[in-house]
Amino acid sequence: MSFYTFTAYTFTEYKKLQMEAVKQRLILNEGALDVTLSRLCMQLIENHGSFSETALIALQPRGKWLAQRIAEKLAKFTGNTIELGYLDATFFRDDFRRRDNPITANATEMPFLVEGKKVVLIDDVLYTGRSLRASLDAMQAFGRPTKVEYLVLVDRKYTREIPVEATYIGSSVNSIKTERVSVEWKEQGYESDNIWLLSK
Amino acid sequence: MTQSTQKSSSLSTRHLTGIKELTPADIELILTTAAQFKEVINRSIKKVPSLRDITIANAFFENSTRTRLSFELAEKRLSADTLSFTASSSSVKKGETLSDTINNILAMKVDMVVMRHSSPGAPHFLAKTTKAQIINAGDGTHEHPTQALLDAFSIQEKLGEVGGKKVAIIGDILHSRVALSNIFCLQKLGAEVMVCGPSTLIPRHIDKLGVKVGHNVKEALEWADVANVLRIQLERQQIQYFPSLREYSLYFGINDKLLQSLDKEVVIMHPGPINRGVELDSDVADGKHSIILDQVENGVAVRMAVLYLLAERGQ
Repeated sequence: MSFYTFTAYTFTEYKKLQMEAVKQRLILNEGALDVTLSRLCMQLIENHGSFSETALIALQPRGKWLAQRIAEKLAKFTGNTIELGYLDATFFRDDFRRRDNPITANATEMPFLVEGKKVVLIDDVLYTGRSLRASLDAMQAFGRPTKVEYLVLVDRKYTREIPVEATYIGSSVNSIKTERVSVEWKEQGYESDNIWLLSK
Repeated sequence: MTQSTQKSSSLSTRHLTGIKELTPADIELILTTAAQFKEVINRSIKKVPSLRDITIANAFFENSTRTRLSFELAEKRLSADTLSFTASSSSVKKGETLSDTINNILAMKVDMVVMRHSSPGAPHFLAKTTKAQIINAGDGTHEHPTQALLDAFSIQEKLGEVGGKKVAIIGDILHSRVALSNIFCLQKLGAEVMVCGPSTLIPRHIDKLGVKVGHNVKEALEWADVANVLRIQLERQQIQYFPSLREYSLYFGINDKLLQSLDKEVVIMHPGPINRGVELDSDVADGKHSIILDQVENGVAVRMAVLYLLAERGQ
């Protein structure tokens, strides 16, 4: 008999082991996340009513899943169709040529102009604030909105490099630079929705 | 946005000297990025600030309209500072060498050099001997990489993908840098390539590159999904390779009648400038199968992608 034995792991088992290897903390699980999303939608309805003059813009690539959930819920709550666009700010970032791992651009799909509209920008995690700065620049190509608000699922406190804050916050966490927030959506192929705070 | 979840990728090279030096992954990355830039240049505000701290010199030692305008526009859309330079109005006329000219341009703190030169290998030489990031905009009869990339992009846009498609390159293959770059690019993306033209205008041993060789335009068109028609480059021909333009046009020109006689549709491409009535009739060049003007539009997007991705490698 050989001293060496191999165990064959499935992808999910392997992923689980990998997750156990790093220190992790669950911020929101599926049930809690659904409650948070509903609360965010109610806050949006409080300010925007029937959404006749408001459009949602997802910040690519990670804001996409959150924005789709929010738009779905809002459509259910209000009975109206919600305008949703996808904005990629890669070409507007200020860290081009200054980072070790270059970012690949994603598609921008803006089926409407923001001129004269109220806009809610949507992203999963607010960290340094630089993505938002780039997105505000990128949005200029589609007109001048009358008002811009910012919705994030997780606000990482005390990590900002630019003085920006979110209008709507799903959950706030205290975190340090060596930690990261991982948002998992079922749409991406995960078993359930979960948000983790991981230490590297 | 969490940093580790963003897709990261970059080119394997600092220069774009030719398609030969690119990997298939590089080509895919350029085409994907070009699709994003095509969306940008179709907005009402067409400019992005990505290259605002980059200076690019356009050194054209040989004549060009389309390529130079396309590069200049791409640079401006990316907010780069540009300087243009043509051989006829410069010290090249006074006998300055190529590396001296480029080193002098570099001494003015230029980051990238887009260059066209009549000598094959000039960009490769400069990539080795100077510190500039070199982008080849055509070197003699050797390569014209951005043209091949925009051709591949246009085929992908029209037919969905390049892999598995059959492309016939028809005309003056001997003097064409577009042909060689296209062969490399299309093969790396998995397409089949045929070259077709009079035997005098097809280089010997070109079949060693893995391309089919044909001498009958009708047969080539029957085989192909795409026909990339090249110009007869009279300015490069020292001797007469065929009896007359009229005869060339009769045997190798593509007209509407010929296209109608096929029981299928063939996409018609041409890198320009077109000699109307020689290799392409006007009714074909302006016809519904022609994507010649799409090629020109895509040229700006593809060149933006190339400049953007190379700038990232130059840090």
